[in-house]
Amino acid sequence: MGIVQILFWFLTALALLGALMVVLSKNPVFSVLWLIAVFFAISGHYILLNAQFLAIVNMIVYAGAIMVLFLFVIMLMNLNKETEPQKNIWMRIFGALGGISLLGMFVSLVLQATEMKGKTALLKTGDIGLIGNLGKELFSNFVVPFEISSVLFLSAMVGAVVIGKK
Amino acid sequence: MPIQYYLYLALTLFSIGVIGVLTRRNAIIIFMCIELMLNATNLLLVAFSKMHHGMSYLADKTSTVGTDGQLFVFFIMVVAAAEVSVGLAIIVMMYRNTHSVDVNFLNRLKN
Repeated sequence: MGIVQILFWFLTALALLGALMVVLSKNPVFSVLWLIAVFFAISGHYILLNAQFLAIVNMIVYAGAIMVLFLFVIMLMNLNKETEPQKNIWMRIFGALGGISLLGMFVSLVLQATEMKGKTALLKTGDIGLIGNLGKELFSNFVVPFEISSVLFLSAMVGAVVIGKK
Repeated sequence: MPIQYYLYLALTLFSIGVIGVLTRRNAIIIFMCIELMLNATNLLLVAFSKMHHGMSYLADKTSTVGTDGQLFVFFIMVVAAAEVSVGLAIIVMMYRNTHSVDVNFLNRLKN
């Protein structure tokens, strides 16, 4: 087992543990911290897949900006005590059963898929994930969606300010 | 690394996100589980992009097949950032009106 395999299984275990702890934590602040761990594990997977631009953007945008926004909102609301007053055990049981059966359906689909047999994801090589290639593609073929996304950001910013001002 | 491993990882993360949305009541945690599902999708898109690239990489070292998948991930991140800013503003407004973020108190949209 090489270093790549060890890193892959370590990052996979970290991502799954973090995702479980996001759902199971009672305290919302711990959920946020575990979700940051999940995002770092997914960034590690991107680095293993040599998608370096996405790894850095994932760390800056998700783990940096979005999760800090979540933390600020939780601390603004003073929710860092254990809050979920109403507990309905049947809703939890059926929710978990629904999710697990969804996972079972996904797994059986992957097991049946013959076109996935023997396919591997290229690790450590291939330079499509580097910023040069992505930038060239983004500003030639994807320039219209890129500009539209700037309008989306502007409208989201205006919307957040208008909603928050009331 | 076989593509099935990435599929199982991403699908498990997605299902954990679905379980979180269905079982938790706190609106902020439901929102975080949605982010988790988006990230599972992103991971799967990057893995498929590298799988697609790996097949043409052997024939041609300079091919850029599979770039589209990674750009889709970039756009998903853009949309997720916009969604989070508006969604958290809505949650803050909700908290100001009802002094709670429990989604069960909000099942009627009036009041």
